[in-house]
Amino acid sequence: MSKTVVENKEPFVRIAKRTDISSSKALLIRFVAVLLALITGGILVFTLGHNPIAVYADILTGSFATKTARAETIKIAVPLLGAAIAIAPAFKMKFWNIGAEGQIMAGAIAASYFALFQYDSMPKVVLLISMGIAAFVAGGLWGMIPAVFKAKWGTNETLFTLMLNYIILGVEKYLQNGPWKSPASSFPKIAMFEKIARLPKVFGVHIGWIFVIIMVFAMFIYLRYCKQGYEISVVGESERTAKYAGMDVHKIIIRTMFISGAIAGFVGFILVSGSDYTLTESTAGGVGFTAITVAWLAKLNPFVMVIIAFILAILDKGSNTIQTNFKIPASASEVLTGIILFFMLGCEFFINYRLIFRSKNGGEKQ
Amino acid sequence: MSEIIIKLFIAAILAGTPLLFGTVGEILTEKSGNLNLGVEGMMFMGGVVGLAGSYYYEQLVINPVGWVSITIAIICAFLCGAFGAFIYGVLTISFHANQNVTGLALTIFGTGFGNFFGEVMGNASGASYVAVSATTKLAFSKGISGLSAIPVVGPLLFSYNVMVYLAIAIAVIMSWILSHTRVGLNLRAVGENPATADATGINVTRYKYISTCMGGGICALGGLYIVMVTCSGVWVNNCISGYGWLALALVIFATWSPLRAMICALVFGVLSVMRLYVPLGIPMQIYDIFPYIATVIVLVAVSFKKNRENQPPASLGNAFFREER
Amino acid sequence: MSITSAIELKNITKKFGNVIANSNVSLTVNCGEILALLGENGSGKTTLMNMLSGIYFPDSGTISVDGREVTIRSPKDAFNLGIGMVHQHFKLVDVFTAAENIVLGLTGKSKLNRKTIADEVTKISQKYGFVLDPNRKIYDMSVSEKQTAEIIKVLYRGANILILDEPTAVLTPQETNKLFEVLRNMKKDGKAIIIITHKLNEVMDISDKVAVLRKGEYIDTVNTNETNPQQLTDMMVGHAVSLNIDRPKSEKLSKRLEIKNVSCISDEGLSVLDKVSFTAFGGEILGVAGIAGSGQRELCEAIAGLQHLKEGSILYHSGEDGHENVDDLVGKNPMDIRQMGISLAFVPEDRLGMGLVADMGMVDNMMLRSYRRGKSAFVDRRLPKKLAEEVRGKLKVVTPGINTPVRQLSGGNVQKVLLGREIASAPTVIMAAYPVRGLDINSSYTIYNLLNQQKSKGVAVIYIGEDLDVLLELCDRILVLCGGKVSGIVDGRTATKEQIGLMMTQIAEEGETVNE
Repeated sequence: MSKTVVENKEPFVRIAKRTDISSSKALLIRFVAVLLALITGGILVFTLGHNPIAVYADILTGSFATKTARAETIKIAVPLLGAAIAIAPAFKMKFWNIGAEGQIMAGAIAASYFALFQYDSMPKVVLLISMGIAAFVAGGLWGMIPAVFKAKWGTNETLFTLMLNYIILGVEKYLQNGPWKSPASSFPKIAMFEKIARLPKVFGVHIGWIFVIIMVFAMFIYLRYCKQGYEISVVGESERTAKYAGMDVHKIIIRTMFISGAIAGFVGFILVSGSDYTLTESTAGGVGFTAITVAWLAKLNPFVMVIIAFILAILDKGSNTIQTNFKIPASASEVLTGIILFFMLGCEFFINYRLIFRSKNGGEKQ
Repeated sequence: MSEIIIKLFIAAILAGTPLLFGTVGEILTEKSGNLNLGVEGMMFMGGVVGLAGSYYYEQLVINPVGWVSITIAIICAFLCGAFGAFIYGVLTISFHANQNVTGLALTIFGTGFGNFFGEVMGNASGASYVAVSATTKLAFSKGISGLSAIPVVGPLLFSYNVMVYLAIAIAVIMSWILSHTRVGLNLRAVGENPATADATGINVTRYKYISTCMGGGICALGGLYIVMVTCSGVWVNNCISGYGWLALALVIFATWSPLRAMICALVFGVLSVMRLYVPLGIPMQIYDIFPYIATVIVLVAVSFKKNRENQPPASLGNAFFREER
Repeated sequence: MSITSAIELKNITKKFGNVIANSNVSLTVNCGEILALLGENGSGKTTLMNMLSGIYFPDSGTISVDGREVTIRSPKDAFNLGIGMVHQHFKLVDVFTAAENIVLGLTGKSKLNRKTIADEVTKISQKYGFVLDPNRKIYDMSVSEKQTAEIIKVLYRGANILILDEPTAVLTPQETNKLFEVLRNMKKDGKAIIIITHKLNEVMDISDKVAVLRKGEYIDTVNTNETNPQQLTDMMVGHAVSLNIDRPKSEKLSKRLEIKNVSCISDEGLSVLDKVSFTAFGGEILGVAGIAGSGQRELCEAIAGLQHLKEGSILYHSGEDGHENVDDLVGKNPMDIRQMGISLAFVPEDRLGMGLVADMGMVDNMMLRSYRRGKSAFVDRRLPKKLAEEVRGKLKVVTPGINTPVRQLSGGNVQKVLLGREIASAPTVIMAAYPVRGLDINSSYTIYNLLNQQKSKGVAVIYIGEDLDVLLELCDRILVLCGGKVSGIVDGRTATKEQIGLMMTQIAEEGETVNE
């Protein structure tokens, strides 16, 4: 039998897992990744005939220079952070909930019901609390549906939660075009909430930011120090282990998704009652999807989520400024966000693995 | 009555075609074990770059020719979708990033990419929007001249635009390749059990890259279809509006078979156009969610029956690292 | 061709992180020769062979095929060189047919001609004496059929050098004999064969030469007809060990678990336990023998409350004679059993996938079965931390820290963590499934001693084992399972290996025909 001659050399590059990287080095790699992403974005801006540095500076001033700008940036970051927190327990359980978008909408619809139809039957505080509870429960129930099927029959949750986003969006559009349509308007839209149904402001931004900060701490404690948080980690790691430990896996999946959906629903309440003062089909506006990347890049650590949510909020807010000042379309923020996400996802590899290049003494690099 | 049924059928085919592109593209991707949630993003990318291809071709030549314009658009769209999928591939295949998150990042990026360049081109055109000429528009909409004039059979079979036939051809060829060739067998093995495929000498990484990139390119053609046919060659911001997500649903609906994908795309097409032809007294918005509800039902049904066939590729969503230990 | 060696390894070294899997290994095999690669679990046999088949790449050393130095960078390179490996865990695609698996990854006409392939497969089967339906799906096959498919796959690729990784571990003695016959046919055909095993009788039976590895080190190669099992054992373990496991005499036996007519159906609808009945006493070790997959796992899980039973009862006896108390455990989940005040320790076969949480440290793993203690919503990590320190000290667990993920520990240390936790719960019943699998000799003895200690304390120990020698030296009684049925219970002090071997297989053959 003829044998193929194989050249006598090692593969050019091999990869190996590493466990020994220092946290400062990991941080440096992430920093470099963001920098490279910004440079890539800068090249794009440059090819369009603008000065990248001026554009980036404009993004920063546009999101920080004035009090209003700062308030706007925070307003963008709040739901993003809230939704990321909502996703955290589900992802910790390796339940790929990509339905935060729909759960936000479910919450927003429930809150809007009280704001639109019950506003004159109760005092402000009671009304707001009712809205919050309604949103919480509605989001939770909407999140629970795929969990029940997942628990009982192993139905793929990624696609189930995804589909539910579009179903609830259809429900919203129906309400907007039909039963809840504002009679005062010729367009199919829902009336603005009365003052009584709007969240009060604290330091210039609606009180939602305080709720979200509380959520950050609460979620951190819940996941790290609560029995339920421990259960979530075990189920996420191995369902068989959880059963072996006597955990009721079905109950834990369903409960955790209720919590995840409920927090997302509550974010929906913050959105309609704090920033939009009405319900539209773009109330969630992709927040539920972007939040997944926020949660993941933060490795589900609520405190890190704060930083990432802010970076994305700055891009979002700043892009409006560059649209006015440079005539660069506001969708540039999505492009930039995408690029940053790509680089940050990619850099994790260099944190978890090292490359071994071909050489006799096995010299290595990053 | 039969008139209405023919019309409904034709409209359903036209509405289902972008879904068919997205679905077979994603089937090809998923067969290699990669779950790419970025279909929507790749459709945006393909749509805008395909449009750009035709548009600049028309700007460059004095007498643009329809078929040249179409070819350029298709090649541009395909390459751009493949490029988007390539980014996804580098991150998930080589860098072992989480597939769900990377797919979502690709959607964010692609959506921005489409709207961004759509607007940039619109601003540059001076008309505040970008549109292709009537020549290209016609080329993208006309059926097979002559044959489509045959009564009943003509409109039913030959009245569609070239993209429809392309989509069907891709689905049929893909189905044949997957089940009757070595390449198809190897690819399915990669998606089922990459360690086994690797042990038999299959280059897992190469298969994953090629099928992911080609799958992305095919998905992008769905975006091109929406821009060129559905939107008549004009860039409309956010024009893809959920078709990519629906295609992901259809992959399940079709239980990972390109042939069944054709039937499923038709069913979805029927569902989405039915409201125009069969008034049922249900509000339009409720009508619009039927396809999603139908998918949920299929999703649940698939999980009920514990058949070994018709299941998702066994290693769907997992990264492969040979020396993992 | 026959003068030059078919394959020659020189000074091969391979590390995984800080663990040395192979250090300076050299060996040679000629055509028409069977080499047995002998070594304990974890001695680096499989890693070494994986380097020949292109799964791993050596850190240093050379490999020559037919006298020419080569580099094997991928499985493709390996099979281009005529090297074929049959892995211990079959590398088959479940939803494909045997024929599809056999041609997988091969170049050839791009269109698949299933008929021709099936014919070719049948031809190879006949040449060497296999039986295989090429159009059968893998998921419908028995273990030995899968192995046949694997071997034909390698032959179909024209392999001249065959590597078999523990091929007999999953086979009945009859199937093993059949396999050996086939191997002899191949040897006559001029193939070079490397068989990895740790069963000495098989080594003596089939091989021409024996190469021995110990903890990654290459010891020596000897001719089979010039050696004997005792010498091989010495080479394998470093010093002579007659198994000499302690077996303290059972003191006072008390009825603890009474299993009556337990039957159980798998998810696929097959009967995995069929009217199993036996009694386990406190103060004795009850061994469970059987070919892999005879219902051992289901039996443990049924007792632990993790399996749904079709019928039968599991009675737990407690209290002294006179005040006996009997509880039925059927229909109770592990939490219920715990709340009934019954402490049932279970060391499952799958340590990191079931018994422990791989990504958590010792502390968090210590509280896996007790985290619910107390009414507070928060977990209390003080006790688990103390326990972790205790287990680490008492059982000499080698770990960088008690919060280091247990995934990073070696197999023996993982097992100590698991067993340590289970024993700390002061159990009255311990079920240990393959507790020494993958452990070195010293760790194994630590485990035997721990189980004997528990026995002396009056605990009912159920030991699921695969090594009959160990079962015969450690256990007081041995229950033999076969195809989900109890084929008998024998006295560990008087029974013979042959007797148990026969019982392990007897019903299996009937079972096979029933399953058809």
